[in-house]
Amino acid sequence: MVMPQIKEAVDSFDAPGADNAVVARGVTKNYGNVEALKNMTLSFPRGQLTSLLGPSGCGKTTLLKIIAGLLKPTSGEIEVNGRPVTGPGPDRAFVFQDFALLPWANVLRNVAFGLELRGVAKSEREAIAERYIAEVGLSGFEKSYPHELSGGMRQRVGLARALSVDSDVLLMDEPFSAVDEQTRRKFQEDLLNLVQNENKTFIFVTHSIEEAVYVSDQIAILLPRPSRVSEIIRPANLRNKNVDNIRRDPEYLDIVDRIWASLRSYVE
Amino acid sequence: MTIYGYRLPAMSSLILWGLLWEIVGRMGLTFFVPPLSEVVVTLFSVIGTTPFLKALSETAYAFAAGVFFATVIGIPVGILMGKNRLIDELLLPWVNMFLSAPLTALVPVLMVLFGFGMKSIIITTTLFAIWIIILNARAGVLQINRSLVEMAHSYGANPLQAFYKIYFWAALPEILGGVRIGVIRAVKGVIIGQLLISIVGFGALFELYANNFLMAHFWAVLLVLFAMAFTVSELLAYLERRVSYYAAKR
Repeated sequence: MVMPQIKEAVDSFDAPGADNAVVARGVTKNYGNVEALKNMTLSFPRGQLTSLLGPSGCGKTTLLKIIAGLLKPTSGEIEVNGRPVTGPGPDRAFVFQDFALLPWANVLRNVAFGLELRGVAKSEREAIAERYIAEVGLSGFEKSYPHELSGGMRQRVGLARALSVDSDVLLMDEPFSAVDEQTRRKFQEDLLNLVQNENKTFIFVTHSIEEAVYVSDQIAILLPRPSRVSEIIRPANLRNKNVDNIRRDPEYLDIVDRIWASLRSYVE
Repeated sequence: MTIYGYRLPAMSSLILWGLLWEIVGRMGLTFFVPPLSEVVVTLFSVIGTTPFLKALSETAYAFAAGVFFATVIGIPVGILMGKNRLIDELLLPWVNMFLSAPLTALVPVLMVLFGFGMKSIIITTTLFAIWIIILNARAGVLQINRSLVEMAHSYGANPLQAFYKIYFWAALPEILGGVRIGVIRAVKGVIIGQLLISIVGFGALFELYANNFLMAHFWAVLLVLFAMAFTVSELLAYLERRVSYYAAKR
């Protein structure tokens, strides 16, 4: 059995040939005297899904929002496709934990909203939106309003909105934490397909160990006080397994156990 | 409301109060309260006359202009106060002060500043309506879900787009509530303006009828005014209900 190779993952970070869509270099974020992030360095390989996993207060959402350009780091920098981040940009799209849908707009307008802000013509953006509404399985709900949809369907709208702007990087902030367990499992399977088919880089914040191991190519474990990357785990063989078999794969179970062992002492 | 299984039509309590008015009027207790029937008859005789129509148009003009300025200035100022901490700190004490201040006392100052004409009346009306509109728009913006704002920002909304695509709509239920109360206050403002600044419009009619003890005429005009204020307020309440479906889910 192949154990995850932490050492190798750390080495590959500095390897010149590595193709990273997003790189965080020495990112520090202070709120007054509180250090939310301290000198965090992390890279996100192109076309893969990287999870940020850790107990609450470890700064994973802060890091994600800094990558999104929604927060400014106190020091350090983020590079997306080799260019430093100064604010939000069309190369990144955000999926929100609480969906962040416009309650006064129907599904079609919500999905097309990112394109609307970019000034894409109505007929064009609605055609694109329709395509992604179909892709996330919401055909027939174009004219529905968010309050008429279930939590899972609302997050599908949020996902379709992020996909329709066709950015390289998808930033997902605990996207499935507000939906019920069965819906979440379906989401996780769909997410694996998405990573395979969409050729995008996914950065995925979660507090669920099982979820992180199930969906990730690379898991960055963040620890609090001071916030830091404690290890990077790359499951070696899970990606080639059938989605139905991952959860009983010995490697999956081993990684889940190992992460729990290292996080246990940080849970109050 | 239902009584003994019968469903009472909306506002049936008004019928009861109308009856009471009629009875008190017919008892002839005071010249101040003529019977309701007499008031209604007077109302219809007055309503087509030139002085009444002139008063109506003057009042409607001042009222509409006052409400227009109050909303067009009040809503953006309120939204800005909700968005920007600095602007909020600067303006909030003044808004709160003017909201509770006896504005009638300010009217003589306005007369000195803006003269004795329509301009002063419109400004009075605006001053009566604007503060509650500002405060409500501000309250509406303050309770906006942070992630809606972040969403707009992360998908590249510029400040203007965020303003009219997010803040305005997200605060709309509160804004409409503020405009509704503001409109009711504007009715007060326009009449006080007409009574104190220059005797025109309904103010002039009130003055005329009261001085000549034409109480039926007096009440008739007052009824017209009530009806107009009530209609506008109900119209806004209807709009408020149209957006209430998302008021709880922002």
